[in-house]
Amino acid sequence: MSVRRTGGLRTVSAVVPSLVLVALGLVAWQWYVTAADVRPQILPSPLRVATQGWAFREQLWANTLPTLQVTAVGFGVSLALGWALAVAVDFSPWLRRALTPLLVASQTLPIIAIAPLLIIWFGFGLLPKVLVIALVTFFPIAVGLIEGFAATDRQATNLLRSMGASRWKQFRYVRLPGAMPSFFTALRIGITYAVTGAIFAEYVGATAGLGIFMSLQKNSFRTDLVLAAVVVTALLSVTLFVLTYLVQRLVIPWHGKERRRA
Amino acid sequence: MPEPGHETKLLLDDLRKVYPGLPVLDGVTFDVAPGEFVSVIGPSGCGKSTLFNVIAGLERPDSGRVLVDGDDATGHVEPFAYMPQQDLLFPWRTVLDNTTLGLEVAGMSRRAARERARPLFAEFGLDGFESAHPYELSGGMRQRAALLRTVVQDRAVLLLDEPFGALDSLTRTDMQTWLDGVRGRFGWTVLLITHDIREAVFLSDRVVVLGPRPTRVQREVTVDLPRPRDIGLITSAEFAAIEEELLTVLRDRSR
Repeated sequence: MSVRRTGGLRTVSAVVPSLVLVALGLVAWQWYVTAADVRPQILPSPLRVATQGWAFREQLWANTLPTLQVTAVGFGVSLALGWALAVAVDFSPWLRRALTPLLVASQTLPIIAIAPLLIIWFGFGLLPKVLVIALVTFFPIAVGLIEGFAATDRQATNLLRSMGASRWKQFRYVRLPGAMPSFFTALRIGITYAVTGAIFAEYVGATAGLGIFMSLQKNSFRTDLVLAAVVVTALLSVTLFVLTYLVQRLVIPWHGKERRRA
Repeated sequence: MPEPGHETKLLLDDLRKVYPGLPVLDGVTFDVAPGEFVSVIGPSGCGKSTLFNVIAGLERPDSGRVLVDGDDATGHVEPFAYMPQQDLLFPWRTVLDNTTLGLEVAGMSRRAARERARPLFAEFGLDGFESAHPYELSGGMRQRAALLRTVVQDRAVLLLDEPFGALDSLTRTDMQTWLDGVRGRFGWTVLLITHDIREAVFLSDRVVVLGPRPTRVQREVTVDLPRPRDIGLITSAEFAAIEEELLTVLRDRSR
């Protein structure tokens, strides 16, 4: 119990410097807007963003849910694809050679140009958004897993072979569990990209969601509401990010303990 | 070569192996009797690890054969239990489940495998650590757990590749004395690779000296010292004489 409490304290003290920095920035911003008498259409004060955001909380919440849903579905598809591909590549050197350049190429696609096309092809529904998110997040996940599998110690492979383990058993007993820390790192990178990807896809065209909300408010010069939606987006990303640590602690409890010992 | 009537558990018959542009094994031949402890020493880089991989069935020789109880076991892994240099205990498994890995891989149920490994924990000084994780063990305990994982597979020959190389000298001496005792009680047939001449003499019935790469057997030295071996033996004249002999062979060869 005491271990967990010190762990919690350590997490709290770790974020204190960031919070101080954010507070200082907000104070400076508020002071500047008041002192220079900037029009809120150009730059609203943080207080105005907060009060207007609160006043529009129901609209914001109604647009957060669709974004969350798109993120979840898109990231789910991305995870499924990433796993399937990484496992296939791990078992087939031929596939590894064939797919690695394609994977890299998928990252050079200019999403900003592709996303509007996806809307034209697939409409304003879930599919084009899921595709955008998958396109953005699938690469870090697949690469994290592929490299995690491949990082298996040669001696460990030899040990398993000496026990008579088939390729499948080597995978199940050593390569798969050994790749989990690497997978969770990739998961954290992916989940933050996923939220940004969802916002972007909605920005291009959607019936609901934080992205389209920002786009509409920008067009009516409600800069304060755009920024309020940005804050909600940031909170969403951070929450999902923290969630990955909780899942990690459940799935691979040995990982953190091992590192703290070493 | 074994004389007629001489019992042989393991026979290496003229093993040769060439990697592209790099001849490694140049006709390695020796044998190991049942229950015998044989150490292999040689200058570093001479091909000891390749030899072990070939014996363990992890690599195939270009020519030559590995025989176990007279049967051809070249390229076969089943007769051998292999303990690599690193302990390779996996952090996601408890100590008990690490020791049963070989049995599980071989298709035994987890429950049956645990029942087989658990009674050995006391003998291996791991009593009470069954459900601990590897990172909670000391270096010596980790090596004993790795050895337990090796022997519980009940294979014909144990192949130990510098098992104590990473330990501090005090722990290492303790482990050597312990291994000598436990091996005597179980009657294992052991082939050990080591850099440590003293370790080789202390543990072995016979020491095989390999030459520089491409390697072959330079000398076989029988260690005719009483068992169980005691740490005081190291300072005896007989022990020193054997150490001296091995050192001379190694030094002449690496020049």
